[in-house]
Amino acid sequence: MITTDLAIDIKNLNFCYPDGQCALKDINFSVNSSESVALIGPNGAGKSTLLLHLNGILRAQCDISVCGLRIEDRNIKEIRKKVGLVFQDPEDQLFSLNVFEDVAFGPLNMNYSETEIKRRVSSALQKVGMEGYEKRSSHHLSIGEKKRIAIATVLSLDPEILVLDEPTGSLDPRGKWSLIELLNGVAVTRIIATHDLELVAHLCSRTLILDGGRIVADGSTEDILGDEVLLKNHGLGK
Amino acid sequence: MKHSFIDEYSDLDSLIHKLDPRTKLVGSLAFILAVVLTPLNNWKVLTVYLGIVVILVLLSRLPLRYLLKRSLVILPFVIMVTIFVPFFNQGQVVFSYSLGFWHIDITYEGLSVLANVTIKSWLCILCLIILSSSTKFAGLLQGMYQLKVPLVFVQIMSFMYRYIFVLVDQVMRMQMARDSRNFGNNRKIVFKTLGNIIGMLFICSYERGERIYAAMLSRGYTGEMPVTHRLHFRLPDACFASAMFVLLVFPAVIWW
Repeated sequence: MITTDLAIDIKNLNFCYPDGQCALKDINFSVNSSESVALIGPNGAGKSTLLLHLNGILRAQCDISVCGLRIEDRNIKEIRKKVGLVFQDPEDQLFSLNVFEDVAFGPLNMNYSETEIKRRVSSALQKVGMEGYEKRSSHHLSIGEKKRIAIATVLSLDPEILVLDEPTGSLDPRGKWSLIELLNGVAVTRIIATHDLELVAHLCSRTLILDGGRIVADGSTEDILGDEVLLKNHGLGK
Repeated sequence: MKHSFIDEYSDLDSLIHKLDPRTKLVGSLAFILAVVLTPLNNWKVLTVYLGIVVILVLLSRLPLRYLLKRSLVILPFVIMVTIFVPFFNQGQVVFSYSLGFWHIDITYEGLSVLANVTIKSWLCILCLIILSSSTKFAGLLQGMYQLKVPLVFVQIMSFMYRYIFVLVDQVMRMQMARDSRNFGNNRKIVFKTLGNIIGMLFICSYERGERIYAAMLSRGYTGEMPVTHRLHFRLPDACFASAMFVLLVFPAVIWW
Protein backbone atom coordinates (compact mmCIF):
# COMPACT_ATOMS: atom_id res chain seq x y z
CA MET A 1 0.00 0.00 0.00
CA ILE A 2 1.54 3.29 -1.09
CA THR A 3 0.59 6.38 0.80
CA THR A 4 1.06 9.71 -0.90
CA ASP A 5 3.03 11.37 1.89
CA LEU A 6 5.92 9.08 1.06
CA ALA A 7 8.14 11.01 -1.33
CA ILE A 8 10.31 8.03 -2.21
CA ASP A 9 9.85 4.37 -1.49
CA ILE A 10 12.48 1.84 -2.58
CA LYS A 11 12.10 -1.89 -2.08
CA ASN A 12 14.72 -4.54 -2.88
CA LEU A 13 16.86 -2.50 -5.23
CA ASN A 14 19.76 -4.49 -6.67
CA PHE A 15 21.76 -3.10 -9.54
CA CYS A 16 24.70 -4.46 -11.48
CA TYR A 17 26.43 -2.62 -14.32
CA PRO A 18 26.67 -4.45 -17.65
CA ASP A 19 30.32 -5.23 -16.92
CA GLY A 20 29.16 -7.37 -14.00
CA GLN A 21 30.16 -5.02 -11.22
CA CYS A 22 27.31 -4.87 -8.71
CA ALA A 23 26.95 -1.32 -7.43
CA LEU A 24 23.82 -1.63 -5.29
CA LYS A 25 22.75 -4.57 -3.15
CA ASP A 26 19.43 -4.99 -1.40
CA ILE A 27 18.57 -1.33 -0.90
CA ASN A 28 15.40 -0.62 1.06
CA PHE A 29 14.36 2.75 2.37
CA SER A 30 11.68 5.36 2.16
CA VAL A 31 11.70 9.10 2.51
CA ASN A 32 8.78 11.15 3.79
CA SER A 33 7.88 14.32 2.01
CA SER A 34 9.59 17.46 3.31
CA GLU A 35 12.26 15.29 4.87
CA SER A 36 15.91 16.18 4.30
CA VAL A 37 18.07 13.08 3.98
CA ALA A 38 21.82 12.83 3.62
CA LEU A 39 23.36 9.91 1.80
CA ILE A 40 26.95 9.60 2.93
CA GLY A 41 29.60 7.05 2.22
CA PRO A 42 33.15 6.68 0.91
CA ASN A 43 34.13 7.11 -2.73
CA GLY A 44 32.76 4.36 -4.92
CA ALA A 45 30.07 3.37 -2.43
CA GLY A 46 27.32 3.61 -5.07
CA LYS A 47 25.84 6.97 -4.07
CA SER A 48 25.67 8.40 -7.58
CA THR A 49 24.33 5.12 -8.94
CA LEU A 50 21.56 5.13 -6.35
CA LEU A 51 20.62 8.72 -7.22
CA LEU A 52 20.28 7.81 -10.91
CA HIS A 53 17.58 5.31 -9.94
CA LEU A 54 15.44 7.98 -8.31
CA ASN A 55 14.20 9.39 -11.63
CA GLY A 56 14.48 6.28 -13.74
CA ILE A 57 17.71 7.05 -15.64
CA LEU A 58 18.95 3.67 -14.46
CA ARG A 59 16.34 1.01 -13.91
CA ALA A 60 16.69 -2.30 -12.17
CA GLN A 61 14.23 -5.07 -11.42
CA CYS A 62 12.71 -3.56 -8.31
CA ASP A 63 9.94 -1.53 -6.90
CA ILE A 64 10.60 2.21 -6.68
CA SER A 65 7.81 4.71 -6.17
CA VAL A 66 8.16 8.45 -6.33
CA CYS A 67 5.31 10.52 -4.87
CA GLY A 68 3.06 7.48 -5.21
CA LEU A 69 4.00 6.90 -8.86
CA ARG A 70 5.80 3.68 -9.81
CA ILE A 71 8.85 4.19 -12.01
CA GLU A 72 7.74 2.91 -15.40
CA ASP A 73 7.54 4.32 -18.89
CA ARG A 74 4.09 5.86 -18.67
CA ASN A 75 4.95 7.78 -15.48
CA ILE A 76 8.44 8.80 -16.45
CA LYS A 77 7.66 12.33 -17.64
CA GLU A 78 5.69 13.13 -14.50
CA ILE A 79 8.43 11.64 -12.31
CA ARG A 80 11.20 13.63 -13.98
CA LYS A 81 9.17 16.77 -13.37
CA LYS A 82 8.84 15.90 -9.68
CA VAL A 83 12.45 14.83 -9.10
CA GLY A 84 15.05 17.48 -9.76
CA LEU A 85 18.40 15.73 -10.11
CA VAL A 86 21.50 17.94 -9.90
CA PHE A 87 24.65 16.24 -11.16
CA GLN A 88 28.02 16.37 -9.51
CA ASP A 89 29.82 18.17 -12.33
CA PRO A 90 27.89 21.28 -13.38
CA GLU A 91 29.74 21.07 -16.70
CA ASP A 92 27.50 18.08 -17.50
CA GLN A 93 24.35 19.83 -16.40
CA LEU A 94 24.93 23.07 -18.29
CA PHE A 95 25.10 22.02 -21.91
CA SER A 96 23.38 24.93 -23.62
CA LEU A 97 24.99 28.00 -25.12
CA ASN A 98 23.72 30.38 -22.47
CA VAL A 99 22.28 30.32 -18.98
CA PHE A 100 18.74 31.14 -20.09
CA GLU A 101 18.55 28.13 -22.39
CA ASP A 102 19.96 25.84 -19.73
CA VAL A 103 17.43 26.91 -17.13
CA ALA A 104 14.62 26.87 -19.71
CA PHE A 105 15.49 23.38 -20.97
CA GLY A 106 13.29 21.50 -18.49
CA PRO A 107 10.22 23.74 -18.84
CA LEU A 108 10.63 23.66 -22.64
CA ASN A 109 10.52 19.88 -22.62
CA MET A 110 7.33 20.10 -20.61
CA ASN A 111 5.87 22.26 -23.41
CA TYR A 112 4.97 25.22 -21.24
CA SER A 113 4.00 28.49 -22.92
CA GLU A 114 6.64 31.11 -23.65
CA THR A 115 5.52 33.49 -20.92
CA GLU A 116 5.36 30.64 -18.41
CA ILE A 117 8.89 29.58 -19.36
CA LYS A 118 10.23 33.11 -18.91
CA ARG A 119 8.49 33.38 -15.55
CA ARG A 120 9.93 30.06 -14.41
CA VAL A 121 13.46 30.92 -15.55
CA SER A 122 13.52 34.27 -13.78
CA SER A 123 12.02 32.84 -10.61
CA ALA A 124 14.52 29.93 -10.58
CA LEU A 125 17.43 32.31 -11.13
CA GLN A 126 16.13 34.55 -8.38
CA LYS A 127 15.94 31.61 -5.96
CA VAL A 128 19.64 30.87 -6.47
CA GLY A 129 20.60 34.56 -6.42
CA MET A 130 21.70 34.69 -10.05
CA GLU A 131 19.34 37.23 -11.60
CA GLY A 132 20.69 38.93 -14.68
CA TYR A 133 22.85 35.97 -15.78
CA GLU A 134 20.45 34.89 -18.55
CA LYS A 135 22.66 35.90 -21.47
CA ARG A 136 25.97 34.74 -20.00
CA SER A 137 27.61 31.69 -21.49
CA SER A 138 27.85 28.83 -19.03
CA HIS A 139 31.47 28.03 -19.81
CA HIS A 140 32.70 31.39 -18.58
CA LEU A 141 31.14 31.21 -15.12
CA SER A 142 33.06 30.39 -11.95
CA ILE A 143 32.54 26.97 -10.38
CA GLY A 144 30.35 28.45 -7.62
CA GLU A 145 28.19 30.22 -10.16
CA LYS A 146 27.94 27.04 -12.24
CA LYS A 147 26.76 25.08 -9.21
CA ARG A 148 24.05 27.66 -8.55
CA ILE A 149 22.89 27.72 -12.14
CA ALA A 150 22.85 23.90 -12.16
CA ILE A 151 20.47 24.01 -9.21
CA ALA A 152 18.35 26.63 -11.00
CA THR A 153 18.04 24.32 -14.01
CA VAL A 154 16.03 21.88 -11.93
CA LEU A 155 14.24 24.45 -9.74
CA SER A 156 12.65 25.82 -12.91
CA LEU A 157 10.55 22.64 -13.00
CA ASP A 158 9.27 23.24 -9.42
CA PRO A 159 10.35 19.78 -8.28
CA GLU A 160 8.86 18.16 -5.20
CA ILE A 161 12.09 16.33 -4.51
CA LEU A 162 15.53 17.85 -4.91
CA VAL A 163 18.29 15.29 -5.40
CA LEU A 164 21.84 16.60 -5.22
CA ASP A 165 25.08 14.78 -5.94
CA GLU A 166 28.05 16.34 -4.11
CA PRO A 167 26.65 19.88 -4.13
CA THR A 168 29.65 21.36 -2.29
CA GLY A 169 32.40 19.42 -4.05
CA SER A 170 35.26 21.69 -5.26
CA LEU A 171 33.77 24.80 -3.65
CA ASP A 172 35.75 27.09 -1.37
CA PRO A 173 34.42 27.51 2.19
CA ARG A 174 32.60 30.75 1.40
CA GLY A 175 30.99 29.22 -1.69
CA LYS A 176 30.07 26.17 0.33
CA TRP A 177 28.37 28.07 3.13
CA SER A 178 26.44 30.31 0.80
CA LEU A 179 25.26 27.19 -1.07
CA ILE A 180 24.18 25.57 2.21
CA GLU A 181 22.23 28.72 3.04
CA LEU A 182 20.64 28.65 -0.40
CA LEU A 183 19.61 25.00 -0.10
CA ASN A 184 18.23 25.67 3.36
CA GLY A 185 15.84 28.18 1.84
CA VAL A 186 14.42 25.75 -0.71
CA ALA A 187 11.50 24.07 0.96
CA VAL A 188 11.22 20.70 -0.72
CA THR A 189 12.14 17.12 0.06
CA ARG A 190 15.91 16.86 -0.23
CA ILE A 191 18.22 13.92 -0.81
CA ILE A 192 21.87 14.91 -0.74
CA ALA A 193 24.73 12.55 -1.56
CA THR A 194 27.94 13.89 -0.12
CA HIS A 195 30.89 13.26 2.14
CA ASP A 196 30.86 16.77 3.47
CA LEU A 197 29.76 16.16 7.05
CA GLU A 198 29.39 19.86 7.87
CA LEU A 199 26.82 20.15 5.14
CA VAL A 200 25.01 17.11 6.50
CA ALA A 201 24.92 18.52 10.00
CA HIS A 202 23.43 21.79 8.79
CA LEU A 203 20.91 20.57 6.25
CA CYS A 204 19.76 17.06 7.01
CA SER A 205 17.77 15.62 9.87
CA ARG A 206 18.30 12.04 8.77
CA THR A 207 21.39 10.27 7.45
CA LEU A 208 21.95 7.05 5.54
CA ILE A 209 25.40 5.51 5.21
CA LEU A 210 26.04 3.63 2.00
CA ASP A 211 29.13 1.44 1.77
CA GLY A 212 29.96 -1.25 -0.75
CA GLY A 213 26.52 -0.88 -2.33
CA ARG A 214 24.61 -1.56 0.89
CA ILE A 215 22.88 0.71 3.36
CA VAL A 216 24.79 0.08 6.56
CA ALA A 217 23.21 2.70 8.79
CA ASP A 218 20.00 4.72 8.82
CA GLY A 219 19.21 7.10 11.62
CA SER A 220 19.04 10.65 12.85
CA THR A 221 21.96 12.80 11.77
CA GLU A 222 22.80 13.56 15.38
CA ASP A 223 23.19 9.88 16.26
CA ILE A 224 25.15 8.95 13.17
CA LEU A 225 27.54 11.89 13.16
CA GLY A 226 28.04 11.32 16.90
CA ASP A 227 29.14 7.72 16.36
CA GLU A 228 32.81 8.11 15.53
CA VAL A 229 33.50 4.39 15.34
CA LEU A 230 30.75 3.92 12.75
CA LEU A 231 32.04 6.83 10.65
CA LYS A 232 35.60 5.58 10.83
CA ASN A 233 34.59 2.06 9.81
CA HIS A 234 33.02 3.42 6.65
CA GLY A 235 35.76 5.73 5.54
CA LEU A 236 34.17 8.92 6.86
CA GLY A 237 36.13 9.56 10.05
CA LYS A 238 39.75 10.31 10.82
CA MET B 1 41.26 28.88 -18.31
CA LYS B 2 40.08 31.56 -20.68
CA HIS B 3 39.73 31.07 -24.40
CA SER B 4 38.67 33.28 -27.24
CA PHE B 5 35.48 32.24 -28.89
CA ILE B 6 34.79 32.26 -32.60
CA ASP B 7 32.04 34.80 -32.04
CA GLU B 8 34.40 37.10 -30.15
CA TYR B 9 33.14 40.30 -31.81
CA SER B 10 29.48 39.34 -32.01
CA ASP B 11 28.60 41.86 -29.31
CA LEU B 12 29.41 44.85 -31.53
CA ASP B 13 26.52 46.94 -32.72
CA SER B 14 26.34 47.41 -36.48
CA LEU B 15 24.02 47.04 -39.41
CA ILE B 16 25.45 43.60 -40.18
CA HIS B 17 25.21 42.45 -36.57
CA LYS B 18 21.53 43.38 -36.45
CA LEU B 19 20.54 41.32 -39.49
CA ASP B 20 18.61 38.09 -39.14
CA PRO B 21 21.16 35.21 -39.00
CA ARG B 22 19.23 33.51 -41.79
CA THR B 23 19.83 36.46 -44.12
CA LYS B 24 23.53 36.29 -43.37
CA LEU B 25 23.67 32.51 -43.75
CA VAL B 26 21.93 32.48 -47.11
CA GLY B 27 23.89 35.57 -48.22
CA SER B 28 27.21 33.93 -47.36
CA LEU B 29 26.24 30.73 -49.10
CA ALA B 30 25.26 32.69 -52.21
CA PHE B 31 28.52 34.64 -52.07
CA ILE B 32 30.60 31.47 -51.82
CA LEU B 33 28.69 29.86 -54.68
CA ALA B 34 29.19 32.92 -56.86
CA VAL B 35 32.91 33.09 -56.09
CA VAL B 36 33.46 29.40 -56.71
CA LEU B 37 31.50 29.41 -59.96
CA THR B 38 33.34 32.43 -61.39
CA PRO B 39 35.33 31.23 -64.43
CA LEU B 40 39.12 31.11 -64.36
CA ASN B 41 40.99 34.41 -64.65
CA ASN B 42 37.84 36.52 -64.54
CA TRP B 43 39.57 39.15 -62.43
CA LYS B 44 36.97 41.88 -62.98
CA VAL B 45 34.24 39.81 -61.33
CA LEU B 46 36.53 38.76 -58.50
CA THR B 47 37.45 42.41 -57.93
CA VAL B 48 33.78 43.29 -57.56
CA TYR B 49 33.42 40.41 -55.07
CA LEU B 50 36.43 41.71 -53.15
CA GLY B 51 34.59 45.04 -53.14
CA ILE B 52 31.59 43.34 -51.53
CA VAL B 53 33.85 41.96 -48.79
CA VAL B 54 35.33 45.41 -48.19
CA ILE B 55 31.84 46.93 -47.92
CA LEU B 56 30.80 44.18 -45.47
CA VAL B 57 33.88 44.77 -43.34
CA LEU B 58 33.22 48.52 -43.25
CA LEU B 59 29.54 48.00 -42.40
CA SER B 60 30.23 45.41 -39.73
CA ARG B 61 32.92 47.55 -38.00
CA LEU B 62 35.01 44.45 -37.35
CA PRO B 63 38.71 45.20 -36.73
CA LEU B 64 40.60 44.71 -39.98
CA ARG B 65 43.67 43.28 -38.29
CA TYR B 66 41.60 40.59 -36.62
CA LEU B 67 39.94 39.62 -39.90
CA LEU B 68 43.19 39.37 -41.81
CA LYS B 69 44.88 37.42 -39.06
CA ARG B 70 42.02 34.96 -38.89
CA SER B 71 41.89 34.58 -42.67
CA LEU B 72 45.56 33.52 -42.77
CA VAL B 73 44.66 30.33 -40.95
CA ILE B 74 43.12 28.90 -44.10
CA LEU B 75 46.14 29.55 -46.31
CA PRO B 76 48.29 26.55 -45.32
CA PHE B 77 45.40 24.23 -46.18
CA VAL B 78 44.80 25.86 -49.54
CA ILE B 79 48.49 25.82 -50.37
CA MET B 80 48.79 22.20 -49.33
CA VAL B 81 46.11 21.30 -51.86
CA THR B 82 47.18 23.60 -54.69
CA ILE B 83 50.96 23.67 -54.47
CA PHE B 84 51.38 20.82 -56.94
CA VAL B 85 48.97 22.21 -59.53
CA PRO B 86 51.65 24.28 -61.39
CA PHE B 87 53.73 21.13 -61.91
CA PHE B 88 51.06 19.00 -63.48
CA ASN B 89 49.12 21.36 -65.75
CA GLN B 90 49.86 21.21 -69.46
CA GLY B 91 50.64 24.48 -71.22
CA GLN B 92 53.18 27.19 -71.73
CA VAL B 93 56.26 26.49 -69.64
CA VAL B 94 57.41 29.31 -67.41
CA PHE B 95 60.23 27.54 -65.66
CA SER B 96 61.78 24.13 -65.99
CA TYR B 97 64.32 22.31 -63.94
CA SER B 98 66.15 19.06 -64.43
CA LEU B 99 67.38 16.96 -61.58
CA GLY B 100 69.00 13.83 -62.98
CA PHE B 101 66.18 11.88 -64.61
CA TRP B 102 63.58 14.14 -62.96
CA HIS B 103 62.28 16.89 -65.15
CA ILE B 104 60.04 19.54 -63.61
CA ASP B 105 57.98 22.02 -65.62
CA ILE B 106 56.03 24.88 -64.15
CA THR B 107 53.39 26.11 -66.54
CA TYR B 108 51.73 29.46 -66.88
CA GLU B 109 48.29 27.79 -66.79
CA GLY B 110 49.21 25.94 -63.63
CA LEU B 111 50.29 29.15 -61.90
CA SER B 112 47.08 30.90 -62.83
CA VAL B 113 45.01 28.03 -61.39
CA LEU B 114 47.05 28.35 -58.20
CA ALA B 115 46.41 32.12 -58.05
CA ASN B 116 42.69 31.69 -58.75
CA VAL B 117 42.14 28.99 -56.16
CA THR B 118 44.08 30.89 -53.50
CA ILE B 119 42.25 34.17 -54.10
CA LYS B 120 38.87 32.47 -54.27
CA SER B 121 39.33 30.54 -51.03
CA TRP B 122 40.61 33.66 -49.32
CA LEU B 123 37.49 35.59 -50.38
CA CYS B 124 35.26 32.76 -49.16
CA ILE B 125 36.99 32.47 -45.81
CA LEU B 126 36.79 36.25 -45.30
CA CYS B 127 33.07 36.07 -45.92
CA LEU B 128 32.68 33.22 -43.42
CA ILE B 129 34.73 35.06 -40.82
CA ILE B 130 32.50 38.10 -41.19
CA LEU B 131 29.47 35.85 -40.82
CA SER B 132 30.74 34.09 -37.71
CA SER B 133 32.13 37.21 -36.04
CA SER B 134 29.04 39.29 -36.59
CA THR B 135 26.55 36.70 -35.37
CA LYS B 136 26.13 35.09 -31.98
CA PHE B 137 26.76 31.37 -32.31
CA ALA B 138 23.38 30.62 -30.72
CA GLY B 139 21.73 32.86 -33.33
CA LEU B 140 23.57 31.09 -36.11
CA LEU B 141 22.34 27.72 -34.86
CA GLN B 142 18.82 29.07 -34.48
CA GLY B 143 19.00 30.34 -38.05
CA MET B 144 20.20 26.97 -39.34
CA TYR B 145 17.41 25.23 -37.44
CA GLN B 146 14.79 27.52 -38.95
CA LEU B 147 16.32 27.02 -42.38
CA LYS B 148 15.49 23.34 -41.88
CA VAL B 149 19.05 22.12 -41.39
CA PRO B 150 18.61 18.67 -39.77
CA LEU B 151 18.33 18.97 -35.99
CA VAL B 152 21.10 16.40 -35.45
CA PHE B 153 23.64 18.63 -37.20
CA VAL B 154 22.53 21.70 -35.29
CA GLN B 155 22.77 19.85 -32.00
CA ILE B 156 26.18 18.39 -32.82
CA MET B 157 27.47 21.90 -33.56
CA SER B 158 25.90 23.27 -30.43
CA PHE B 159 27.53 20.62 -28.23
CA MET B 160 30.81 21.01 -30.05
CA TYR B 161 30.80 24.73 -29.41
CA ARG B 162 29.86 24.23 -25.78
CA TYR B 163 32.37 21.50 -24.97
CA ILE B 164 35.36 22.10 -27.21
CA PHE B 165 36.96 24.35 -24.60
CA VAL B 166 36.22 21.91 -21.81
CA LEU B 167 38.17 19.39 -23.89
CA VAL B 168 40.97 21.86 -24.61
CA ASP B 169 41.26 22.53 -20.87
CA GLN B 170 41.46 18.82 -20.25
CA VAL B 171 44.21 18.37 -22.84
CA MET B 172 46.18 21.25 -21.32
CA ARG B 173 45.91 19.72 -17.86
CA MET B 174 47.01 16.34 -19.17
CA GLN B 175 49.95 17.93 -20.97
CA MET B 176 51.01 19.79 -17.86
CA ALA B 177 50.79 16.59 -15.86
CA ARG B 178 52.83 14.79 -18.49
CA ASP B 179 55.47 17.51 -18.75
CA SER B 180 55.89 17.70 -15.00
CA ARG B 181 56.87 14.03 -14.95
CA ASN B 182 58.77 13.91 -18.22
CA PHE B 183 62.52 14.36 -17.74
CA GLY B 184 64.09 12.82 -20.81
CA ASN B 185 63.38 13.47 -24.44
CA ASN B 186 62.95 9.88 -25.53
CA ARG B 187 60.89 10.23 -28.68
CA LYS B 188 59.40 6.78 -28.41
CA ILE B 189 57.99 7.57 -24.97
CA VAL B 190 56.70 10.96 -26.12
CA PHE B 191 54.68 9.31 -28.88
CA LYS B 192 53.45 6.60 -26.56
CA THR B 193 52.17 9.10 -23.99
CA LEU B 194 50.60 11.12 -26.77
CA GLY B 195 48.73 8.00 -27.80
CA ASN B 196 47.60 7.46 -24.24
CA ILE B 197 46.41 11.06 -23.95
CA ILE B 198 44.35 10.73 -27.12
CA GLY B 199 42.85 7.47 -25.86
CA MET B 200 42.04 8.93 -22.46
CA LEU B 201 40.48 11.96 -24.08
CA PHE B 202 38.24 9.76 -26.19
CA ILE B 203 37.05 7.79 -23.16
CA CYS B 204 36.54 10.96 -21.10
CA SER B 205 34.49 12.57 -23.88
CA TYR B 206 32.45 9.43 -24.34
CA GLU B 207 31.67 9.24 -20.65
CA ARG B 208 30.92 12.94 -20.47
CA GLY B 209 28.49 12.43 -23.33
CA GLU B 210 26.72 9.74 -21.35
CA ARG B 211 26.47 12.00 -18.29
CA ILE B 212 25.17 14.93 -20.32
CA TYR B 213 22.58 12.68 -21.88
CA ALA B 214 21.51 11.55 -18.40
CA ALA B 215 21.28 15.20 -17.32
CA MET B 216 19.13 15.93 -20.36
CA LEU B 217 16.85 12.95 -19.70
CA SER B 218 16.48 14.08 -16.09
CA ARG B 219 14.90 17.26 -17.31
CA GLY B 220 12.40 15.55 -19.56
CA TYR B 221 14.37 15.39 -22.84
CA THR B 222 12.53 13.30 -25.41
CA GLY B 223 14.76 13.69 -28.46
CA GLU B 224 13.31 16.96 -29.67
CA MET B 225 14.98 20.26 -29.05
CA PRO B 226 12.31 22.79 -28.24
CA VAL B 227 12.88 26.35 -29.41
CA THR B 228 12.84 29.34 -27.08
CA HIS B 229 12.32 32.14 -29.56
CA ARG B 230 11.88 32.48 -33.28
CA LEU B 231 13.76 34.81 -35.61
CA HIS B 232 11.98 37.43 -37.65
CA PHE B 233 12.75 38.92 -41.04
CA ARG B 234 12.62 42.71 -41.11
CA LEU B 235 13.03 45.49 -43.66
CA PRO B 236 16.85 45.76 -43.36
CA ASP B 237 17.03 42.02 -44.12
CA ALA B 238 15.07 42.48 -47.32
CA CYS B 239 17.27 45.45 -48.34
CA PHE B 240 20.47 43.57 -47.55
CA ALA B 241 19.34 40.46 -49.41
CA SER B 242 18.39 42.40 -52.55
CA ALA B 243 21.61 44.43 -52.52
CA MET B 244 23.64 41.26 -52.12
CA PHE B 245 21.71 39.59 -54.94
CA VAL B 246 22.29 42.47 -57.34
CA LEU B 247 25.98 42.78 -56.47
CA LEU B 248 26.56 39.07 -56.96
CA VAL B 249 24.55 38.53 -60.11
CA PHE B 250 25.20 41.78 -62.01
CA PRO B 251 28.97 41.44 -62.55
CA ALA B 252 28.51 37.79 -63.37
CA VAL B 253 25.96 38.59 -66.07
CA ILE B 254 28.15 41.28 -67.63
CA TRP B 255 31.58 39.66 -67.51
CA TRP B 256 31.15 35.88 -67.46
